[in-house]
Amino acid sequence: MSAEGKVKITYREAMRQAIRDAMIRDQRVFLMGEDVGRYGGCYAVSKGLLEEFGPERIRDTPLSESAFVGAGIGAAMGGMRPIVEIMTVNFSLLALDQIVNNAATILHMSGGQFNIPLVIRMCTGAGRQLAAQHSHSLEGWYAHIPGIKVLTPATLEDARGMLWTALEDPDPVLIFEHGTLYNMEGEIAADAGPVDIVKSAIRRTGTDVSLITYGGTLFKTLQAAEQLTASGIDAEVVDLRTLRPLDTETILDSVTRTHRAVIIDEGWRSGSISAEISARIMEGAFYELDLPVQRICSVEAPMPYAKHLEDAAVPQASSIVESVTNLMGAHG
Amino acid sequence: MALQADIVTPALDADHALALLRDMIRIRRFEEKCAELYSASKIRGFLHLYIGEEAVAVGAMRALTPDDNIVATYREHGHALLRGISAESIMAEMFGKQEGCSRGRGGSMHLFDAKTRFYGGNAIVGGGLPLAVGLALADKLAHRSRVTACFFGDGAVAEGEFHESLNLAALWKLPVLFCCENNLYGMGTALQRAESETDLCLKASSYEMPAWPVDGMDVVACEEAAHRAAIEVRAGAGPCFVEFRTYRFRAHSMYDPQLYRTRVEVEEWRKRDPIAMFQESLTAQGILDDANLKRIEDETAAEIEAAVAFAEAATPEPVQDLTRFVYSEAKST
Repeated sequence: MSAEGKVKITYREAMRQAIRDAMIRDQRVFLMGEDVGRYGGCYAVSKGLLEEFGPERIRDTPLSESAFVGAGIGAAMGGMRPIVEIMTVNFSLLALDQIVNNAATILHMSGGQFNIPLVIRMCTGAGRQLAAQHSHSLEGWYAHIPGIKVLTPATLEDARGMLWTALEDPDPVLIFEHGTLYNMEGEIAADAGPVDIVKSAIRRTGTDVSLITYGGTLFKTLQAAEQLTASGIDAEVVDLRTLRPLDTETILDSVTRTHRAVIIDEGWRSGSISAEISARIMEGAFYELDLPVQRICSVEAPMPYAKHLEDAAVPQASSIVESVTNLMGAHG
Repeated sequence: MALQADIVTPALDADHALALLRDMIRIRRFEEKCAELYSASKIRGFLHLYIGEEAVAVGAMRALTPDDNIVATYREHGHALLRGISAESIMAEMFGKQEGCSRGRGGSMHLFDAKTRFYGGNAIVGGGLPLAVGLALADKLAHRSRVTACFFGDGAVAEGEFHESLNLAALWKLPVLFCCENNLYGMGTALQRAESETDLCLKASSYEMPAWPVDGMDVVACEEAAHRAAIEVRAGAGPCFVEFRTYRFRAHSMYDPQLYRTRVEVEEWRKRDPIAMFQESLTAQGILDDANLKRIEDETAAEIEAAVAFAEAATPEPVQDLTRFVYSEAKST
């Protein structure tokens, strides 16, 4: 621990501490998913938890996404507080029926009788050369669905703090952890704890343009913002944190101050969360805009394996700098 | 554990026999009224009738205690009625009214009731099975001795969720009573046109759980089979599977020209109408006579008439409440 009461920690370890903390706080909490126990988690998030909490509460499941996600829903209705881990967002598609047709609907469909206090965590995003079946960013898709909440923790504080708040929520919460963040290391307060899951955060204040992003692209965007200062551009960076419900107020406030908006989203452009944000800016701050809203998204192709192709497929700090510079140069 | 004692000895005395008959008649008459109201446009959407299959729900529900959980399908009016959801609130639900058991948000396919632990009609074939596994997991983790009865049809057997759920329930030794209502058709596709192996018990037993078939047109046999299975499940050794071999007399939903089966086949099955057969048997045994049959019919008619009147008089949910219950209003506890 450093002098200011800070501790060094990785995103992975922050997530593990969050799970551990929840398991200790509430006996109803348990973790289940593929290889969360003996293997220690596909991304080693749950390493050591089996030894500490035992196989009843750290449950290895068969490769049956639909059954174990559905079982999480049933267990939540039965009074437990399950954390279900899905290895990667692409695999969550095998459980889409349970998430969309059951988790998101049952409270409403039952006239308010059965709420589903369930948390589903999964890895998302590209950057690890895992090709087209392990690398997509489908969290924007999930954000389309009323009845669930969609969290995208990017910072160490959020990795540490969002889970407990999500578990306290009476309704299903999906947490998307970008795969490139697990090894990220930094310092957080030694007593870091639960954080809100409804507000977006301004990660860098600026006056010329609002760069709106979330998850794995937050740090690329922050890096780009630093580089943009060399061109005299003072960018504000908005970390959405939560994609549903979307904190429209924070987005519009920022745009109202900077009068320019660029959305950076690792999802594909068509029908995306970036399209939704752009529409909300148009609906709520049209007359504040000096320029049309711009979007930097992933290339509309399945994610390729080769590093140079993958790098070219997703937003990078350099492409963000280039786009924003061109935008400001052309119009500024 | 008085309930347990009841369960072990489902003796077929006269009162019990008449109660079984009454249960079947309640479902039959309720659904006949629903069909009529559908034609009158009072009920809309899809309406899947259980007519012909009544013995299954009547037998199976008798094996359950009020503390058990039920997960049902979109053909669940009968299960809901027998579970103790009032005919009024079921009818009001089908009328799309606020007093309906799902406040008009679910309709015929999505009857829910927290008080009786009725976790819904589910309209995704196979979609309820994982939920049942989860409810049973919660009970096991909380050390509650409760059975989760999960109803589904033969069509669900083709779904991946069937196999995933049976495996998980058996692997984790969860107290699930899988009640397969095999009416030989998944909508219009005959079992032998959908399954390479049509012996459904064989499939279930491959997941290392006891499984047996029963004549789903014989209410006493259904009750016995369900009791036996519920006892096994309650004993804590894991899930059980019962295949109720039954037949749907009416269309899959309301309008279905039934091109996929012959009139002769339907007529043959109608000869084994579970209500008519049981009535005949009870009459022969001297248990049923015109007077007590009339009493059952009259009381059922009165219940249904009251349900329709209730539904007619019920209030529409205000449109401004459309988005209520998308998310919870209260914080979790």
